[in-house]
Amino acid sequence: MRPVLPDGIVAVVKHDCPTCVLVAPVLGQLDSGTVALTVYSQDDPSFPGSVHAVVDDTSLEVSYHHGIETVPTLIRVDAGEEVDRTVGWDRARWEDFTGIDDLGAGLPEYRPGCGSLSVDPARVDELRARFEAGGLRSRRVAIGELEDELEALFDRGWTDGLPVVPPTEGRVLRMLEGTTRDPGDVVAVVPPDLVDCTVEKVAINAVMAGCRPEYLPMVIAAVEAACTDEFNMHGLLATTYFSGPVVIVNGPLSRAIGMNSGTNAFGQGNRANATIGRALQLVVRNVGGGVPGGIDRATLGNPGKYTFCFAEDEDGSPWESLAVERGFPPEASTVTLFAGEGVRGVVDQLSREPESLARTYASCLRSVAHPKLPLAFDALLAVTPEHGRVFGEAGWSKARLRQELDALLLLDPDEIERGTAGMAEGVPPVFAGLQLPKFRPGGLQLVHVGGSAGLFSAIIGGWVSGDAGSQPVTLEVKP
Amino acid sequence: MSPTTVLDPTGERHAAQRALTERPATLESLTVGLLDISKARGDVFLDHIGQRLDERGIETRRYTKPTFTKPAPIDLRHEISQQCDVIIEALAD
Repeated sequence: MRPVLPDGIVAVVKHDCPTCVLVAPVLGQLDSGTVALTVYSQDDPSFPGSVHAVVDDTSLEVSYHHGIETVPTLIRVDAGEEVDRTVGWDRARWEDFTGIDDLGAGLPEYRPGCGSLSVDPARVDELRARFEAGGLRSRRVAIGELEDELEALFDRGWTDGLPVVPPTEGRVLRMLEGTTRDPGDVVAVVPPDLVDCTVEKVAINAVMAGCRPEYLPMVIAAVEAACTDEFNMHGLLATTYFSGPVVIVNGPLSRAIGMNSGTNAFGQGNRANATIGRALQLVVRNVGGGVPGGIDRATLGNPGKYTFCFAEDEDGSPWESLAVERGFPPEASTVTLFAGEGVRGVVDQLSREPESLARTYASCLRSVAHPKLPLAFDALLAVTPEHGRVFGEAGWSKARLRQELDALLLLDPDEIERGTAGMAEGVPPVFAGLQLPKFRPGGLQLVHVGGSAGLFSAIIGGWVSGDAGSQPVTLEVKP
Repeated sequence: MSPTTVLDPTGERHAAQRALTERPATLESLTVGLLDISKARGDVFLDHIGQRLDERGIETRRYTKPTFTKPAPIDLRHEISQQCDVIIEALAD
């Protein structure tokens, strides 16, 4: 509860502040006059001695709730409401504020104040937990005195197999500073248990994953996108196939939080890449109840199911970004969810002509799932800078490359029918004579990503495509 | 160090214990639903089961999920629950 301030003039001070010490006689002067003055002291209830009744705010409750950032602060209160505020010592301003002339004779005209204890970085987490934790609705779980707190979280089944950061009230409240949304807002209904997932639950799992507060809006957007009917997180979780959610981030926020779109972008070492993808997986596990061996029936899975998140390299790209291609303006920050399996390398160190490189891509893309299976699985093609330059210098747009790939990926009926080439797998004879495309329309995504050296690209195979399985979903990241 | 208190990261579902529906002693005079989830060769399995039940004079009804990747639509679940006493689902390939 926010304490109500008394009418009149309120001053908030601390003894440890030279400016507060300087103005102590002025406060005494006001106290003995006609002004209704109330002084709150943050660190020493006997200071200032010049004032008759100092209110003890060593708990910092008043300072915290009234947003005191600087001491001294003067606040004018009328009928319980703040109507004006000034910070530091400024004689003219104080005289105007109090309506009293000749304040602080002999003092300098102006002195800035000091930092309030209620915003001291060493205390603010503890204060936030003390004063705001009441707004958090999640069940409190006390870790036993004899339990190791990290082991306790493993024991409760809340981790992905790696240690998690214990989600204390202080950490969760700090995480929630990363969004303007109310902790009680429902972000999504998370499968498989179809549980309403609040911003607070996302924040708890983001803390556990190791996120910083500024990543939270992306985690929220990723959770929301994953839980749409189009993306079909339920099916993706339950499948025996390898795939899991891959998070691709576009727009200025990805750069602002320092995401990796360059060297080793799919690998380890960048906190935002690592923890945003992990937080999404923890939400599915903990809130949705999707646990390997339970609803998650993957035969092998893939290491990206711990976390798979990266940003597109937009600045170095010869093309419009994935998000722009999917209808968002370049200034929007977005997350795109793709149901992807592992990363397979595409090596072509000799092609200097786009026609040749496109054939390499088509040849490798054909092998997604099985070279004889058309239309069944989506794919994401990650074009690196050295390969992207081949297309850029030749003036090939992304649409042009798509067009070429579409033509190259029409599969010959003689090659894909069941039993041909000595392999039982393939399409049934009912399709005889028909050329079938490897990918459904919209089933191939292209992104530009990776380090500046290496004439490689990569394919991330998808999952059952389209309405029957999963479609990529892009959402704008909101603060 | 004082013991840590953490916030529960789960959906906090207190799953009340639910007993399984009692199994019928016989399929005599019951209607058996056969649910094909649209997974490869599930139909082969259900054809075989259907034939065996038919030989025993047990009534069967056949249902198909639109896709194995998603839960059965609520209308289909309702239809099965109204028309059948028991259900056999072909789950794997």
